[in-house]
Amino acid sequence: MSKATESDVREDGVIEGVSGPVVTAKDLDARMNDVVYVGHEGLMGEVIEIEGNLTTIQVYEETSDVGPGEPVESTGAPLSVDLGPGMLDTIYDGVQRPLDVLESKMNSAFLDRGVDAPGIDLEQTWEFTPTVDEGDEVEAGDILGTVPETPSIEHKVMVPPDSEGGEVVSAESGTFTVEETVVELDSGEEISMHQEWPVREARPTVNKKSPKKPLVSGQRILDGLFPIAKGGTAAIPGPFGSGKTVTQHQLAKWADADIVIYVGCGERGNEMTEVIEDFPELEDPTTGNALMDRTCLIANTSNMPVAARESCVYTGITIAEYFRDMGYDVALMADSTSRWAEAMREISSRLEEMPGEEGYPAYLAARLSQFYERAGYFENINGTEGSVTAIGAVSPPGGDFSEPVTQNTLRIVKTFWALDADLAERRHFPAINWNESYSLYRDQLDPWFVENVQEDWPEKRQWAIDTLDEETELQEIVQLVGKDALPEDQQLTLEVARYLREAYLQQNAFHDVDMYCEPQKTYRMLDAIKTFNDEAFDALDAGVPIEEIIEVDVAPRLNRIGVQEDWDEYIDELESDLEAQIRELY
Amino acid sequence: MKEYQTITEISGPLVFAEVDEPVGYDEIVEIETADGDIRRGQVLESTSEYVAIQVFEGTSGINRDASVRFVGETMKMPVTEDLLGRVMDGTGQPIDDGPDIVPDERRDIVGAAINPYSREYPEEFIQTGVSAVDGMNTLVRGQKLPIFSGSGLPHSDLALQIARQATVPEEEEEGESSEFAVIFGAMGITAEEANEFMDDFERTGALERSVVFMNLADDPAVERTITPRLALTTAEYLAFDKDYHVLVILTDMTNYCEALREIGAAREEVPGRRGYPGYMYTDLANLYERAGRIKDHEGSVTQIPILTMPGDDDTHPIPDLTGYITEGQIYIDRDLNSQGIEPPINVLPSLSRLMDDGIGEGLTREDHADVSDQIYAAYAEGEDLRDLVNIVGREALSDLDNKYLDFADRFETEFVQQGTETNRDIDETLEIGWDLLSMLPKDALNRIDEELIDEHYREDQTVEAPADD
Ligand SMILES: Nc1ncnc2c1ncn2[C@@H]1O[C@H](COP(=O)(O)OP(=O)(O)O)[C@@H](O)[C@H]1O
Ligand SMILES: [Mg+2]
Repeated sequence: MSKATESDVREDGVIEGVSGPVVTAKDLDARMNDVVYVGHEGLMGEVIEIEGNLTTIQVYEETSDVGPGEPVESTGAPLSVDLGPGMLDTIYDGVQRPLDVLESKMNSAFLDRGVDAPGIDLEQTWEFTPTVDEGDEVEAGDILGTVPETPSIEHKVMVPPDSEGGEVVSAESGTFTVEETVVELDSGEEISMHQEWPVREARPTVNKKSPKKPLVSGQRILDGLFPIAKGGTAAIPGPFGSGKTVTQHQLAKWADADIVIYVGCGERGNEMTEVIEDFPELEDPTTGNALMDRTCLIANTSNMPVAARESCVYTGITIAEYFRDMGYDVALMADSTSRWAEAMREISSRLEEMPGEEGYPAYLAARLSQFYERAGYFENINGTEGSVTAIGAVSPPGGDFSEPVTQNTLRIVKTFWALDADLAERRHFPAINWNESYSLYRDQLDPWFVENVQEDWPEKRQWAIDTLDEETELQEIVQLVGKDALPEDQQLTLEVARYLREAYLQQNAFHDVDMYCEPQKTYRMLDAIKTFNDEAFDALDAGVPIEEIIEVDVAPRLNRIGVQEDWDEYIDELESDLEAQIRELY
Repeated sequence: MKEYQTITEISGPLVFAEVDEPVGYDEIVEIETADGDIRRGQVLESTSEYVAIQVFEGTSGINRDASVRFVGETMKMPVTEDLLGRVMDGTGQPIDDGPDIVPDERRDIVGAAINPYSREYPEEFIQTGVSAVDGMNTLVRGQKLPIFSGSGLPHSDLALQIARQATVPEEEEEGESSEFAVIFGAMGITAEEANEFMDDFERTGALERSVVFMNLADDPAVERTITPRLALTTAEYLAFDKDYHVLVILTDMTNYCEALREIGAAREEVPGRRGYPGYMYTDLANLYERAGRIKDHEGSVTQIPILTMPGDDDTHPIPDLTGYITEGQIYIDRDLNSQGIEPPINVLPSLSRLMDDGIGEGLTREDHADVSDQIYAAYAEGEDLRDLVNIVGREALSDLDNKYLDFADRFETEFVQQGTETNRDIDETLEIGWDLLSMLPKDALNRIDEELIDEHYREDQTVEAPADD
């Protein structure tokens, strides 16, 4: 958070009242959304209401022991993030304070109050190589040079979006801190690698385009049935224990984004620790570098101050937009947006605002759509194209999707991955319900899959969906009369659908091989099940009894494809064995 | 210390008083009634004109004449290793006739959040000796794993069995003792339930390594909001300053949440679901997240909170919000209990989120994850078929389906059932698992690695005599 570096302090105010994270002050000269320092300890807060001489502040830190009469200072600037090299491979709290820096400054494993730290290291130096020459004309957003930020990512240093631009009068390569000037313009403007941007405001772009490329996730049920686009939006609602976090982690690990911003919003501390411990060890399937090299974590866990939970999604999406401006495909995961909504509700109720549905503020829907609107596939102001994909977990109380956060989110997002407690109970993972889930990107992404994976990708998928639909209908009958009462062809459909569920839809996030499934493997796996289906139905038509078909010993090998490293060969062999064994029956 | 006689309003557990000097939010207050009775409370809202005070011991007997003193600091817990072996009431006052407690330090009971960067991911397997836990929902050191129960169910027996039997086999092998220090925080439980715990602690000698905080059913409800904070402050001190592995049992979280609701109602707050405060998630998280491991620290805090689900309904806000925060949950089941299964754990909705990293080769056994996965799938299948078999009868089911039905029955009576005094090591648990899985054809074991099937599957299994309990 950048305000630690500011010093133009305005008129002081005085605390009038304290109620949890909400503090009122009088005589404070501040604007709406300005960052202020509260009390003797200088706790960071943000102005959220101004009424007459009274200013209401949400405080990003614990307020125990703070009382009336203590001073309040305004910084005169809105809550902003520091942008520049040094954000990747870093973990922040909800207001962009680096948690490793806080640990060493506080000299404790416990979070103390009143300690501030800039979002990027101001002392560290970086190798800057200009991509502009003296005499070049540059405008806002233009790329001026590059910095190797991590082994995976080349950081692009850009003209700030609010700059007038001008002619480059000097651009030197060399080693600089983020605050040193790297490019000078004829207007006298000195540009460094450090920018600031207010988190509640979207960074400018030229326009939004219709997304055409999938965010390939390596998760069969997602890529295969419910794909999300680069620049798309998705919601993952589900009761506790159904797999929201594991799904988000899987996406953060394997999605083919250039940059991943992972926002842990009001969830468990250990889940963030897990990411910090795992990601440096895991290899990015596209670059071969450590996953952490492309990742920025924002952790405002459930026990951290509730006001900072409200701001953490904004911190995350602003950082995402900044990397998008460089022309990167950024994926942002927010786990969980419900906790963000609850933080809004908590603050709103302390303000005694008129509550809407279930006590949420009336502006809940507006805030949610403003957030998801910041996702998209964009033409940037510097002419590059980049995207922000936003994927939000939703935690509905009692697992009931009719509640306001789920409903308002579903009105906005175009991909819906519905998690199901029943599936999770029987350890069918990912517990994504294939009847309820949908992706509105399917048609616009098909050309990509046809071109890059296989021509009949859409047809195969349709076949799988139809078979699963039929199974759902048949299961209702089976519940009444038992399986044996069904005609043989329907029994066979059930058997095929079982392979679809157990072999194809299930994917173990903790198995070294199965955790990631490339699109080609996803395709061939489906193809193998289809081969079984076609051969089996031919045999049935030829009069072979269903029991004999079902019991061919090669069939259960379908369930083992997921864990095969040499899947291509394995499937070749399996398909020819299936053909041979089943044809032998007649 | 400034004293006021300015009470303007008394409402439920709350007292409002006018002040002319600033008072800190959360600060501790003493209220002295006309007859010299002293009650303690805490500042819930502080303005330059008045404060709202939540009184721990209840407001009855307080009137406008009572005097109000502000202590000038927030609630503290005196901590020292000497607390081990001591019994206190729900506000931390000793009730065991022991010597005065000479604190090492006085700690704020609203613990600061652990920096997520400073945590160490918990992955040390705790063997509880209970198959349904060890085999299916493994507990690890530093985890928060609640028991979701219902009124009248034997959740205390399970918690006590775990407290008695819990060890870390790896350390035992190296000749270290891996016994836990037990912190017991009781909130609103009956004297009878409390005695059950105390008797067991005394019988097994566990009391020596325990610290007990007792807020009983007839103690003031508001006091319950501080009891778990005292317990957890003590736990953190013992774990992270004194290197103990601490097991915290909190019972009953439902009573704690009722107290929160009472305070919220008195403050006329906009209620959340079913009348519970909208901030209950955050409040509970501030307790449950005080579990874990910290880098470069020896000790750990493991939590087993117990809650009784009103109406056995797990969508009720108390279990619901708990499940959203804790690292899994163990369900005690009424039907299994009436069938005499001990402990009556329903594994299907139960979960240990930290299991995956705490088991496997070198930790428990190579086949652990696969066996557990397969048992889940098979048991779920058998459970489903039970409904169907009631309609169509066993004859209408295939051979395989009949095997699943038998599997489900035997799983309950042989794997889950073990009795409160039986302590099974992890090998024993997994071997029972294989006995049961071998009822199914090899092809049906699609969750288990083929090599592991070859190694463990009982080829000769036809009809097994029921294993002894
Ligand atoms: N794809 C998966 N593969 C294997 N296990 C999974 C998968 N998804 C979820 N799980 C299991 O479910 C548990 C709960 O998942 P989690 O994502 O933490 O749920 P939620 O965030 O919805 O509460 C995990 O601890 C893990 O055991
Ligand atoms: Mg989760």
